[in-house]
Amino acid sequence: MYTQGLNQAVEDGGPEDAELLARFQAKIDREEKIEPNDWMPEAYRQTLIRQISQHAHSEIVGMLPEGNWLTRAPNLRRKAILLAKVQDEGGHGLYLYAAAETLGISRAEMVDRLLEGRARYSSIFNYPTITWADIGAVGWLVDGAAIMNQIPLCRCSYGPYARAMIRICKEESFHQRQGYEAISRLAEGTAAQKRMAQDALDRWWWPSLMMFGPSDTDSPHTGRSMRWKIKRFTNDELRQKFVDAAVPQAHLIGLEPPDPELRYDEESGHWRFGEIDWSEFNEVLAGNGPCNRERMAARRKAHAEGAWVREAATAHALRKQARAAAAAE
Amino acid sequence: MRSGSRRGRPRRPNSARRAKRVSDSDRRGENERDWPLFEVFIRARTGLHHRHCGSLHAADPEMALARARDVYTRRGEGTSIWVVASEHIFASDPADKDMLFEPAMSKIYRHPSFYDLPDDVENM
Amino acid sequence: MPDALTAAYALRLGDDALILSHRLSEWVGHGPELEEDIALANTALDLLGQARLLLACAGAREGRGRDEDALAYGRDVLDFSNLLLVEQPNGDFAQTMVRQFLFDAYAVELWPRLSASRDEVLAGIAGKAAKEAAYHVEQSAAWVVRMGDGTEESHDRAQAGLDLLWPYAGEIFEADGVEAALAEEGIAVAPSGLRGPWRARVEAVLDEAGLAPPEGAGVRTGGRQGRHSEHLGHLLAEFQFMQRAYPGAEW
Repeated sequence: MYTQGLNQAVEDGGPEDAELLARFQAKIDREEKIEPNDWMPEAYRQTLIRQISQHAHSEIVGMLPEGNWLTRAPNLRRKAILLAKVQDEGGHGLYLYAAAETLGISRAEMVDRLLEGRARYSSIFNYPTITWADIGAVGWLVDGAAIMNQIPLCRCSYGPYARAMIRICKEESFHQRQGYEAISRLAEGTAAQKRMAQDALDRWWWPSLMMFGPSDTDSPHTGRSMRWKIKRFTNDELRQKFVDAAVPQAHLIGLEPPDPELRYDEESGHWRFGEIDWSEFNEVLAGNGPCNRERMAARRKAHAEGAWVREAATAHALRKQARAAAAAE
Repeated sequence: MRSGSRRGRPRRPNSARRAKRVSDSDRRGENERDWPLFEVFIRARTGLHHRHCGSLHAADPEMALARARDVYTRRGEGTSIWVVASEHIFASDPADKDMLFEPAMSKIYRHPSFYDLPDDVENM
Repeated sequence: MPDALTAAYALRLGDDALILSHRLSEWVGHGPELEEDIALANTALDLLGQARLLLACAGAREGRGRDEDALAYGRDVLDFSNLLLVEQPNGDFAQTMVRQFLFDAYAVELWPRLSASRDEVLAGIAGKAAKEAAYHVEQSAAWVVRMGDGTEESHDRAQAGLDLLWPYAGEIFEADGVEAALAEEGIAVAPSGLRGPWRARVEAVLDEAGLAPPEGAGVRTGGRQGRHSEHLGHLLAEFQFMQRAYPGAEW
């Protein structure tokens, strides 16, 4: 997952009652949760709908790159782990759609927005999983970055989102570990396996850093989201935290992140990294990543081919209800 | 727990405040494109209450129960499941919070700590 | 002590679970609705769990040092002994669910009986699988009814799935020397005895769904002896790719 939605603006819907706004803000400042039927500014509602649904879409689209290896996992243990993990992503999408639904939008509408290209999902899932090592790298780096983002969201001011995130974080705790275990196995394996592992790190490193979104200086909406406690840390703070954790993990298994400028700064205790190529990020965001079209095509196909199944279940349920009603008369 | 009101069931039709929330009923038509929404309650262990743990969509209650098992007990979280169609939940309005819950706050004599007893009294 | 008969029997049951699990795993991320996607993955995981236990048991009884992965990834088509039914492609959701139901209706009769096996390992695996199969068959039967009794389209798709897969059902109840000998000793369940209860359950569900088995469909058979359809080779080419490309590597 990735919460790019944190960085997008929602236009205010017009003037709102100043007193209600003040009371709302005071409640948030007291660390009280906002619940579905509480009064909330329209921009808060829209920001959350956008962010939560984007988060949900990311979980669902995120099933595809890893699902790509479900039928080719190298042994039965890995196959079971990957199946459970990809299934978890589906569950997380489900929890998040349900959280967004409490804000007055249906799942059908959210899915439409995704399939019609009106809603985004995390750009990271537009990268291909070419070798088995990518499954390790995705778990280790992509889930690792996601966890950095998600843990603060457990304290998000919106109750249903915070509760969904608590459940998700609990369930995800094995995701990063299984990925790191898988890539470690490669790093200590044959020359071909080592090559595969380093290649995966080379390809996933920078996109993982981009998952935290633009630099704070280019992220103008951070202020309001922080004030509303939808967001608790800035993009750069979280990115630094991630790099500080991931670099020693790479070194521990003999891998090297693809950044010649990477160096440890004794004074601050942080790993300093090179410039991120935001033009690549923007290209992927604009739909020109390696797999944007494949991912959307796969989602559209599943949705279209599932239509008759969903209709059949509804038709049968209605008929069953009618029969029961007739029998009761 | 999520309130049922967002499913477009006004609880207090006389309320002016309620009348403003037309958007809920506007959304009702599109909600029907999804299978109905169900709330899921799970008993983690015998002896505990069923507790709300989330929701899901299903075509009928039987399907809702099975999918609740598939979605919400993947890690052995449950020994019993209830599902309730979300539209059947009739909930209090947050705006009524003061009216409903404030009056109880002043009745401190309902709590055992209110009473002043000799320190050496036993079995009480 | 090596026990070739029990090894062969465990391998048959393990191959059924392995191949069917693999087919279901192809659905994950592409299901007709999110809730169903998750449910399909659960069934796939149950079957994979059964497969791993059964292959491990087969490897141990065989006594040639082959573990679950050596058996799963190191055999070619001729040495796989699964039913033809489970290797048939997913097709649409109707085809998948009809295949699942025809199999589950057998599994739910097999496992409780096998849990009384004199072979304690098999009995233990069967006891666990019996609970899983009981849930699986309820779910796949519910979908067969939903589709049969749903819309015209779903009814036609379910009937088409049934027409296509019915010929593969007969193989379930065939027995050769392996089952016959082991059933005699109280180790295996003779499949022929399962036909009656299977038939009763299947007919009841199809009746409720408004579906009917095709007339004069014939019987396709041969899986237990390694005579498979064309589909299994393609499935194995994908499934075994990593172990074939990197022989001996640890993962």
